[in-house]
Amino acid sequence: MCLAVPAKILKISGPLADVEIAGNRRQASIELIEDAAVGDYVLLHAGFAITKLTPEDAAETFALLREAEDRIGAEPKYGIPASQTRSADR
Amino acid sequence: MEVCGTHTMAIARHGLHSLLPPKIRLISGPGCPVCVTPTSYINAAIELARRPDTVIATFGDMIKVPGSESSLEQEKARGARIAVVYSPYDAINLATANPGSQVVFLAVGFETTTPATALAAIRARSEGLKNFFLLTAHKLIPPALRILLSDAETRVDGFLLPGHVSVIIGARAYRFVADEFRRPCVVAGFEPLDILHAIAMLLTQMTQAQADVQIEYRACVSEQGNLAAQRRIAEAFQPCDTEWRGLGMLPASGLTLKPEWAALDAEKRFGLRMTPAADNPHCACGNVLRGKVTPPDCRLFAKACTPTYPIGPCMVSSEGTCAAYFKYRRQ
Repeated sequence: MCLAVPAKILKISGPLADVEIAGNRRQASIELIEDAAVGDYVLLHAGFAITKLTPEDAAETFALLREAEDRIGAEPKYGIPASQTRSADR
Repeated sequence: MEVCGTHTMAIARHGLHSLLPPKIRLISGPGCPVCVTPTSYINAAIELARRPDTVIATFGDMIKVPGSESSLEQEKARGARIAVVYSPYDAINLATANPGSQVVFLAVGFETTTPATALAAIRARSEGLKNFFLLTAHKLIPPALRILLSDAETRVDGFLLPGHVSVIIGARAYRFVADEFRRPCVVAGFEPLDILHAIAMLLTQMTQAQADVQIEYRACVSEQGNLAAQRRIAEAFQPCDTEWRGLGMLPASGLTLKPEWAALDAEKRFGLRMTPAADNPHCACGNVLRGKVTPPDCRLFAKACTPTYPIGPCMVSSEGTCAAYFKYRRQ
């Protein structure tokens, strides 16, 4: 039940924002996020953004996942260089 | 022990059990809000649904949960007005659009969901809505962990902590698990590699005889959590004793509306009384939720109790331990 999905802020109108989730557009509350801006990535739960995802955070996650891949000898799936995750706009 | 139902499902779906050496056993905890919502609450929701003037607004997970004699799904089939919503704000919109009806939102969920309910309460009050109410059964994860750990029969060496609950309350909320109970903790993300990595972090702590609270899910979880969300929760809610299905009444383990928000309280507005209801005596969900037994140990599992005709809450919820076993691990 505590599912949450990443979404990108497209447009802000007061406490609400239009966000894109995997190609779908819907409205979400950004009242729990300080300094939300168009272009930010947020984590969405029950129509509410609950935290911002910064490119640095994402890069750190990728680094952790890469480490885990090394441990289990998996094919690199998360091995995207940090520089690319910063510029990648998707 | 993985505490969160979403972890339980991810572990089962990706077959992570099969990748681990036999000495490492993953057991599922009480972390699915649908599973731990008691029969008495479902009965109260059904009582409300049967009133001609009410509309029940609920998350979809709740409608199949059996009460003592019916479920919201069955009531809907008989004509009760029950709307499945994605967000508490959808329930507010429903109340605005239907001024002649009393809209009751079934406010269940852990700390991930409570800020959304709190904001809905705040908005209902600021808009002066007179026909929007909350039937609250919000629950808190840290007190449940404390009660599990205080039970001498609970044998858990470390905790995979819930990612999205921790987005709100922060890793610091679990400090007592490491400091008082000396159990290693790792807040984990939801990808299979996140979970494996978190298990590796737990094992590292154990081999070094450490008990710390570490964060694997760095992209989303901080030490202090989302302070704005914590403030919203504290504005509208206060801790209360609450009943958990399978676990009974646990002290200070839930949240209820503060007295100054009583106008929104469906229990008070409609004079409901949540009387404890008897569950099927053969259902082992209580011990499943404590990690004491696995679903196949229950005599009802996959026989009388299936996802189509669930008896216990762990089979009803798509993130319940029994549902996960039934779908992915049935021999």
